[in-house]
Amino acid sequence: MWGLPLFPPQASTLAPQVDALFFFLVGVSVFFSLLIAGLIVYFAIRYHRRSEDEVTEAVHEPMALELTWTMVPFGLAMVMYVWGASVFFTAVRPPPDALDVYVVGKQWMWKFQHTEGQREINDLHVPLGRSVRLTMTSEDVIHSFFVPAFRVKQDVLPGRYTTTWFNATKPGTYHLFCAEYCGTVHSGMIGHVVVMEPTQYESWLGTGAVEGSLASAGEKLFQDLACNTCHTGDAQARGPNLRGLLGRSVALEGGGTIIADETYIRESVLDPRAKIVAGFQPIMPTYQGLVTEEQLLSLVAYLKSLAGPTS
Amino acid sequence: MTSPAVTLAPEPQEHYLNVDYGVRSWLLTTDHKRVALLYLIGITGAFFLGGFFAVLIRLELLTPQGDLVQAETYNKLFTMHGVIMVFFFLIPSIPAVLGNFLLPLMIGARDVAFPRLNLLSWYIYMAGAAFISTVVVTGGVDTGWTFYTPYSTMSSTTHVIPTALGIFIVGFSSILTGLNFIVTIHRMRAPGLTWFRLPLFVWSLYATSLIQVLGTPVLTIVIALLGVERLLHVGIFDPALGGDPVLFQHLFWFYSHPAVYIMILPGMGVISELVTCFARKNIFGYRFVAFSSLGIAVLGFLVWGHHMFVAGQSVYAAMVFSLLSYLVAIPSAIKVFNWTATLHRGSISYQTPMLYVFGFIGLFTIGGLTGLFLACIGLDIHVTDTYFVVAHFHYIMVGGMVMAYLGGIHYWWPKITGRLYPEGISKLAALVIFLGFNLTFFPQFVLGYLGMPRRYHVYPEEFQVLNVMSTAGASILGIGYLLPMIYLVWSLWYGEIAGPNPWRATGLEWQTPSPPPRDNFTATPIVTTGPYEYSRPRGAHG
Repeated sequence: MWGLPLFPPQASTLAPQVDALFFFLVGVSVFFSLLIAGLIVYFAIRYHRRSEDEVTEAVHEPMALELTWTMVPFGLAMVMYVWGASVFFTAVRPPPDALDVYVVGKQWMWKFQHTEGQREINDLHVPLGRSVRLTMTSEDVIHSFFVPAFRVKQDVLPGRYTTTWFNATKPGTYHLFCAEYCGTVHSGMIGHVVVMEPTQYESWLGTGAVEGSLASAGEKLFQDLACNTCHTGDAQARGPNLRGLLGRSVALEGGGTIIADETYIRESVLDPRAKIVAGFQPIMPTYQGLVTEEQLLSLVAYLKSLAGPTS
Repeated sequence: MTSPAVTLAPEPQEHYLNVDYGVRSWLLTTDHKRVALLYLIGITGAFFLGGFFAVLIRLELLTPQGDLVQAETYNKLFTMHGVIMVFFFLIPSIPAVLGNFLLPLMIGARDVAFPRLNLLSWYIYMAGAAFISTVVVTGGVDTGWTFYTPYSTMSSTTHVIPTALGIFIVGFSSILTGLNFIVTIHRMRAPGLTWFRLPLFVWSLYATSLIQVLGTPVLTIVIALLGVERLLHVGIFDPALGGDPVLFQHLFWFYSHPAVYIMILPGMGVISELVTCFARKNIFGYRFVAFSSLGIAVLGFLVWGHHMFVAGQSVYAAMVFSLLSYLVAIPSAIKVFNWTATLHRGSISYQTPMLYVFGFIGLFTIGGLTGLFLACIGLDIHVTDTYFVVAHFHYIMVGGMVMAYLGGIHYWWPKITGRLYPEGISKLAALVIFLGFNLTFFPQFVLGYLGMPRRYHVYPEEFQVLNVMSTAGASILGIGYLLPMIYLVWSLWYGEIAGPNPWRATGLEWQTPSPPPRDNFTATPIVTTGPYEYSRPRGAHG
């Protein structure tokens, strides 16, 4: 209890990049703080008022000095900006081969679904050395997924998907916090990320009663909700062919195109008339209230598992 | 050798405090000086109420477990602390107290442009405060001072609407003060008082007023929309009703980030007055300091998105907001360098207001530099919503703004009351506040980088030592703040008679008796020089 930690564990590929940036800013800050404090102390002593009637000599600011202390901070700020932006790009762009994990936040717990079908609450098991992409949504208010050891944080919003990713570099158990205030038990909406050696992870995947992959659960739901009666995949079907949909550009009725992402799929299930695919009638009923956020994510996983149309 | 700026006005027989007596003469006053004192009473009450909640928060955080208060209570404590401190202390403090008292005096005017409107703004402030007080008494509110949706509109079961109404109402008092100051500065300056002869405190009040007038209506609107969604279930912010939760954050921070500059700009103005007086020197870079206030006011409107780097806004929006946030840091740096350079070859005395200047420059520098960490998008991901942010904005608002406010209160206390504060204990209090402040908030930077999220009632055990340090600092800080309360009240009866200009300061406010007469000046002053003629011209021999 009386240990005094000063620095968080460094357990992801991103962490050293963020820390290097951090130490650069700490260096600049310490330099300027000491400069200002040193000058103040020096001037305060050197020019201490010696008599009540002391009079000073007027000084007018040399333009060169004003420009110097405007441009030097500006230059340093731009270095911070560019460096920060480049780390940010790494932090927000998951690599294409990342392992997918689906996350649902609710007051006050974290629910995780693995593509292989495992489900967890508040604990997340991940393999070492493999990029993991999280697709996240909330059932109620805004939460935020925060793992300090990975230097990763992303708000989790109701009504849309946000993503983040990490690649763990050290086996261990790390704090998972909710970082956006979400009500009474906000500080209890915590858990752990358990980083395992790949072999251990494989055997962990084999434990527990798992009824098939997440995509197969999505496929079953697809049939149970009778989605397949219209989205048959035929050219004459009443609904568009969903094969290879994710990431594809979709032409919309009334002009315009969008890239079909996870949020678009979610919207099309819950509010089908929001964006109608060109050439189709607005006949699909809403599934609002009939599917949970977790089921929606299984549908997303199922659609992702469908390869592109064979031409 | 002649001493500049010493005027020996006779001790006044009649001044604004004794010109008439009775409750009516105060509650119906249109004298800007009395309105300032009415505000002083209001914001002092708010400060100690908000501070009381802060003490309870720190006591709860002594241990990792939630053992002093329950989670609901803890959430209400930090919400009430934030609401009261931001809207009822920090925003009105310097403009409504020092600004109201000093602006007409500094520009050689009899009063502000709209004296009745000025009194009305105090009544509006008190009406807003009445709503908040009712909320405090009847059970509190738990949304955080930021009122993020959809929690505030759909989930919280506490008194959101009365709190929102209180903030809605108090916003109008801020708008009216800003409007009054802008018109006053344009229309009421004494003959010869050109724009570049204005004291820098007046420049900073002008910049502040612009933000108050242009920004506050957006807060008013977003609070109204929040009320409409919560009461009528019209979908604006809640996605379940077809709304957008991030829209709330955009609107909220469009006001609430510039509001940070409403809090700090007047403090910067105070520092410019104090540093020149106690270094007995003309300000270094007058135009740079003046225009940097306007630069901050304008750029401050363009950086709200830096509160939302992980909130789900686009990557490119984040990049633009990051860049603009770095730009707004530059004018603050310019001010710090110019204040420091003003000390060079000055005649520096260590009276209490100057100690607050030293404290302000040091703490504001740290607060400003840690702002660069948060503007840096790659780094902000890790530190946002942690204690790093809490420490950063307390360095700006408490380390910066409250230091400037206390420095200003001590500096102008003789003008306001006609009495000097006791110097010895005042210096001690300034030192206690400085040390207590750093012990409270510096450990929070470390806690934040370790990853302790803000607004946590219960926290992991490894964070305890740093939290104990912070709580220890808070108790020292609390004592530091009680001291001025005691000795300033004491000085009203027992303080030394100040005379019109105890600091040998140059501003117009020092050329009239202390306390000033009802109409400020016996004759309208005519201004022939700049505001900080402390030094003899270079090369002249005195």
